[in-house]
Amino acid sequence: MPPVLKIILQRLALGLLTLFIVSIVIFTAVNMLPGDFAQAILGQSATPEAIAAIRRDLGLDQPPVTRYFVWLGDMLQGNLGVSYAQLNFQSNMGGANLKTVADQIAPRFGNTMFLAGVTAAIAVPFAVTLGVLAALYRNSVFDKAVNISTLTSISSPEFFLAYILILFLAVLNPILPAISNVYQGIAFQDRLMATLLPALTLTLVVTAHMMRMTRAAIINLLASPYIEMARLKGVSPLRVIVKHALPNALAPIINVVALNLAYLITGVVVVEVVFVYPGIGQLFVDAVKNRDIPVVQACCLIFAGAYILLNLAADVLSILTNPRLRHPK
Amino acid sequence: MTRITRRGLLTTGAAAGVLAASGLPLRAQAKRGGRLRAGLGGANTSDSWDARTHSDIFMTASAQGAVFDSLTEVAADGSLKGELAESWEATSDAKTWTFNLRSGVTFHNGKAFGADDVIASLQMHVADGAKSAAKPIVETITEMKKITDTQVQFTLKSGNADFPYLLADYHLLMYPAGQIEEAIAKGIGTGLYKVQSFEPGVRMVATRVDSHYKGDSAGHFDEIEYIAINDNTARMNALMTGQVDVINRIDFKTEALLKANPMVRIQEVTGNQQYTFPMLTNVAPFNDVNVRRALKFAINRQEMVDKILLGHGRVGNDTPIGPANQYFNADMAQTAYDPDKAKFYLKEAGLSSLDIDLSASNAAFEGAVDAAQLYQASAKAAGININVVQEPADGYWSNVWLKKPFCACYWSGRATEDWMFASAYEEGVPWNDTQWGREDSERFQDLLIEARAELDSAKRREMYGEMQQILNTDGGLVLPMFANYVQAMSTKVQNPETVGNLWQMDNGRMAERWWMA
Repeated sequence: MPPVLKIILQRLALGLLTLFIVSIVIFTAVNMLPGDFAQAILGQSATPEAIAAIRRDLGLDQPPVTRYFVWLGDMLQGNLGVSYAQLNFQSNMGGANLKTVADQIAPRFGNTMFLAGVTAAIAVPFAVTLGVLAALYRNSVFDKAVNISTLTSISSPEFFLAYILILFLAVLNPILPAISNVYQGIAFQDRLMATLLPALTLTLVVTAHMMRMTRAAIINLLASPYIEMARLKGVSPLRVIVKHALPNALAPIINVVALNLAYLITGVVVVEVVFVYPGIGQLFVDAVKNRDIPVVQACCLIFAGAYILLNLAADVLSILTNPRLRHPK
Repeated sequence: MTRITRRGLLTTGAAAGVLAASGLPLRAQAKRGGRLRAGLGGANTSDSWDARTHSDIFMTASAQGAVFDSLTEVAADGSLKGELAESWEATSDAKTWTFNLRSGVTFHNGKAFGADDVIASLQMHVADGAKSAAKPIVETITEMKKITDTQVQFTLKSGNADFPYLLADYHLLMYPAGQIEEAIAKGIGTGLYKVQSFEPGVRMVATRVDSHYKGDSAGHFDEIEYIAINDNTARMNALMTGQVDVINRIDFKTEALLKANPMVRIQEVTGNQQYTFPMLTNVAPFNDVNVRRALKFAINRQEMVDKILLGHGRVGNDTPIGPANQYFNADMAQTAYDPDKAKFYLKEAGLSSLDIDLSASNAAFEGAVDAAQLYQASAKAAGININVVQEPADGYWSNVWLKKPFCACYWSGRATEDWMFASAYEEGVPWNDTQWGREDSERFQDLLIEARAELDSAKRREMYGEMQQILNTDGGLVLPMFANYVQAMSTKVQNPETVGNLWQMDNGRMAERWWMA
């Protein structure tokens, strides 16, 4: 078996174990929050009878361990279940037209992936280019300016960056819409327009990390003897960096890019709220608020899965970019 | 000069004529066309077209306000008019009601509307296992009888003069009989707008029906788009940048910024939305009427309106009947902040000082903890030491409200006096948050039952007036303020002079009543 394949299989197995542990942790944590779905959904109209009725209908009166294993059993058969909110109205709807958790999450997850994709398409080339240029002109005014501006943007709260962008790009110069009115069946260019402002905000958030890692990894290599050699034989500084340093610096850069992509999928709820972007983060927060455990669990598994898969991809790519790891003796 | 209130104006026939006359030319300006884009807070990912589950403005404005109809409708001025029912009459005991339905009405899928639909739509709410907020209303009907295709007769458990009013409730929508499940899945009603697309918690788009029984008098937009924007700032941004034409629930703190924009205007109405401090009248020391009176005089209501609502409201007078109610007792003397009187009543109760806990959380209403602290400060001067207990927002309604003897609470109010009293002031009802019963006032409970079956409007006014007075002096409720409904819109959007104050956004009917200039 090729060593890369072996590593992939090993990591996938470990990933499954991680998902299992994550699901236990999340289930326990949600159960430890005060109040449950019945209380959250009834609000002011909570009478003891109504709460008992909902708990009975949803099986919330069962002990948590039983509930967890019922959920796990369904999960292993590929069934994410039905959200409590939907189940609660089953008696009204007669069982038909019930939306499953998968039905609820699918369109939201699609939106989230689109936003992450657009952001990545802007941010990754932008950050790597900036990093290379900063390494090339290290300690120059340009380098310092890039560092200061990206560090400023990563240090500012996301909503603040979002409002600054809204101010300049939606209010003072009405180029882009201030809210992302994205819906099913929207034309691609409209969707892109609506997604651009949140994507730019997220670009500002993730650029610094990737850019600084690129810069640091390259500069780290510039003291190596083979770079010295290249320089001595008269290769231009840009060529030294792009052709000789960058390929060897790819591993740490890929790792940082993967980490930031995972963040774009899992951690953008604040940006979603500011731009009213119908992504998965908003759904997740609503579900936690209502203690809707099936939805919370499904979202967490997706989040954890995104981290595991992207990290795996990063490791595999690091190996593939490194001939020494690709052909071990 | 006597102050003419809107309600007062309406009750005198002559004045009502004047209003109608002045209302007509305004109405005539209404013009057909355009697209209404509304950014609405109050949306949920679990929203559906099942009216039994409706509780917030996004769905009520989408369903009752645009896509569906009820039998009756509360007009913007608070009066009752027919929607799918043309007329109705009751027997003298108000127990048997006959409704004449509009003929020639069709659902959006082409099915004709008739008596069977009325019966099936109401039965939804009392079906086995169904969870409906309107169940208590429908449960009072003992028999529903189809007389002809356009006539239905209801027999009630006991007389209820408000019955036609109750049918205007936003849960009681008319669905096509036999196709109710499909109608809930797709949103098939008889309303002015037909659903084009609906994504729960995200967006609803509907287009105007070509020919509708309401004709040209309502439904002036060609298309409506409701966008779910639960975040206050995002909603404001959307309006400021022209992405939506109207928004609801303006944050009082940023209202000034909206006002500064010349393209935006603010609409503000005072309705029945009330912020309250109920005490359990069966728990010491609140079982002593003098203690309750002392507490009523120990609160500075105007200060609450100024500091908690930033002026967007009016002081309350310890009765849940508000300015949007028909028989609101506006002549009742206003209870004012008076530490000396509070001390006097404390002495009457045989106490020189009083130590009590007041439970509060911002889950009760925005600023509830601050309000409790204001109460604490004002009561101190009267020798009442209020200890403010800050409760967690999670589980507030299950663990604090109705359980702790003195707490913060809110009510959105009810369209009729009887409905409000029957929800929270009739002996033994589950939401009786002051444990108000016969032990406290025989007279109140007798009047409640008597007024319910009374069809004579003048007599009802007297009875409900007296009941409000009883609550004002003896009740377990401290109601310092009514909070306004504040909404904002682009100056392109026009509305009739009178805007409904029962719920936000012209009772959720902006798609029906407003238009593009």
